[in-house]
Amino acid sequence: MSPRGGDRPMVPKADFRSYYGRPIVRPAPWTHDVAAYLFSGGLAAGSALLAAGGQATGRPRLRRAGRVAALGAAAVSGYLLVADLGRPERFHHMLRVAKPTSPMSMGVWIFSAFSAAAGVAAVAEAAPLMPTEAARKVLPPVGSAAGLAAGAIAPALATYTAVLLSDTATPSWHAAYAEMPFVFAGSALASGAGVGLLADPSPPVRRMAALGAALELYGAHRIETTKGLLSEPYATGKAGRLLRTGRALTAAGVAGAMLGRRSRVVSAVAGLSLLAASAITRFGIFEGGMASARDPRYTVVPQRERIAGEKTD
Amino acid sequence: MANSLYGPLDPAPDAGYVDAPPRMGFFTDTSVCIGCKACEVACKEWNAVPDDGFDLLGQSYDNTGGLSANTWRHVAFIEQPAPSETVFLGMPGADKPDFRWLMMSNVCKHCTHAGCLDVCPTGALFRTEFGTVVVQEDVCNGCGYCVAACPYGVIDRREGDGRAWKCTMCYDRMGDGLTPACAQACPTESIQYGELDLLRETAAERVEKLHAEGVGSARLYGHDERDGVGGDGAFFLLLDEPEVYGLPPDPVVTTKDLPDMWKRAGIAALTMAASVAVAFLGRRR
Repeated sequence: MSPRGGDRPMVPKADFRSYYGRPIVRPAPWTHDVAAYLFSGGLAAGSALLAAGGQATGRPRLRRAGRVAALGAAAVSGYLLVADLGRPERFHHMLRVAKPTSPMSMGVWIFSAFSAAAGVAAVAEAAPLMPTEAARKVLPPVGSAAGLAAGAIAPALATYTAVLLSDTATPSWHAAYAEMPFVFAGSALASGAGVGLLADPSPPVRRMAALGAALELYGAHRIETTKGLLSEPYATGKAGRLLRTGRALTAAGVAGAMLGRRSRVVSAVAGLSLLAASAITRFGIFEGGMASARDPRYTVVPQRERIAGEKTD
Repeated sequence: MANSLYGPLDPAPDAGYVDAPPRMGFFTDTSVCIGCKACEVACKEWNAVPDDGFDLLGQSYDNTGGLSANTWRHVAFIEQPAPSETVFLGMPGADKPDFRWLMMSNVCKHCTHAGCLDVCPTGALFRTEFGTVVVQEDVCNGCGYCVAACPYGVIDRREGDGRAWKCTMCYDRMGDGLTPACAQACPTESIQYGELDLLRETAAERVEKLHAEGVGSARLYGHDERDGVGGDGAFFLLLDEPEVYGLPPDPVVTTKDLPDMWKRAGIAALTMAASVAVAFLGRRR
């Protein structure tokens, strides 16, 4: 029977029992703002790493594009995070505590530190426009320090969100905790490389795209195939469609980045493809977990299997 | 592995209380529940919990469906073909019934290892001196993380209010030595309130008695401190499998795996940094 009642049979499928087919665990009360943040936070992290790489190897166009994209994505992330609260005006209550058992609390501090560094690094790009000689001189070294700081924090920003989702009772998110950080790290790298392909399609950017895509595809493949029943929500329905689309766009993006060396247009299209792939993959992971929470099968059957396993041990 | 994230422990001292009073709890004996919903009403009255709307779910006498932000005690009704052990009460004019009604008053479990409390990023959720788990409504900013972290699907964000709400075990009454409203109102002592250690003894005796009377299906749920949440502060006597009542058969607190999760994230983060280094320091073409 459907959660809201109706005329369908009392027992959904006969292989497990439930209370009128109602869910047991509750899906997170999060809107697509959170799924969008998974992307924008990753994009901020990937862009900051792109900028740090550009800074370290003397590629000013990559540095500039990376810093601007990192700040933009961080600003969007901040908006999304506050907007999704039940009481947005109380967002600063997050700053009362720092709790290692709460990935959200750790994330708030990581995100705050990252945003401050990324903000300074991006503002430093405006040095040539400054009215005073002193500002023109002081800003670039400050920006360099901030850019490296943002790059150093970026990997934490890109991966903590996987812990955020996994550290729940949502069956398919929790089951994926070993691989999800790699999916998110790869997705963030690929999206950062996407920015690079748009701004300055150079060899390091292509390598970054390939490495990111490889991590993302490998991790997602593991999540979709090795979790038994709990892989099912990622392979079926809306999440399945999203993840398949994401995979195709990632593959197309990497192919374009590798084969389109001589063409700015092909490189730019490849970059857009990687950005879209990163966003769609995050929505797929998000939706897969939500679907697993809405159906009691994914709570009951794996727990029953665990009990049966313990009895035979 | 026993630490603050998993395994048996006494939660109030673990949370830092010195000379904490005994841990308090609920023992809900569903074998004597008559489905009167006095617990639901008393809870609403005492805690000023809003109504649930007026839905007719067509699920026996259950029209609220489950615990939620606005239902802190919830009576489940299950209609089943009667097992052979059903006791015939000898009501005049009646034959031995061919079906049975299971009724259970569900409530927040006040877990020893509470996922909701562990993941709360504001400190709004806290452990009381009685070992229970309570939300501070003036601190909660409605992030919703606790909702996804509860292995029982208990805590919930209230529509229109935006904050998370759940049973407090009547923390305000406990402090004055009073019984929580639901237990006070229960006419059959299906809901018993008291020191958790004593309730566990009572419950063990009750199961033994039921087994002796031929009710082989009686079993305790949430009483074992070696279970996945370190034992529940509110535990139950059930007459069928937990999932029949909408309870998870083997809940494990999600933060049990948190150290591993951070480790995996750390490895992924290092992989990410190394990838960028490789990408930028590779040969120039």
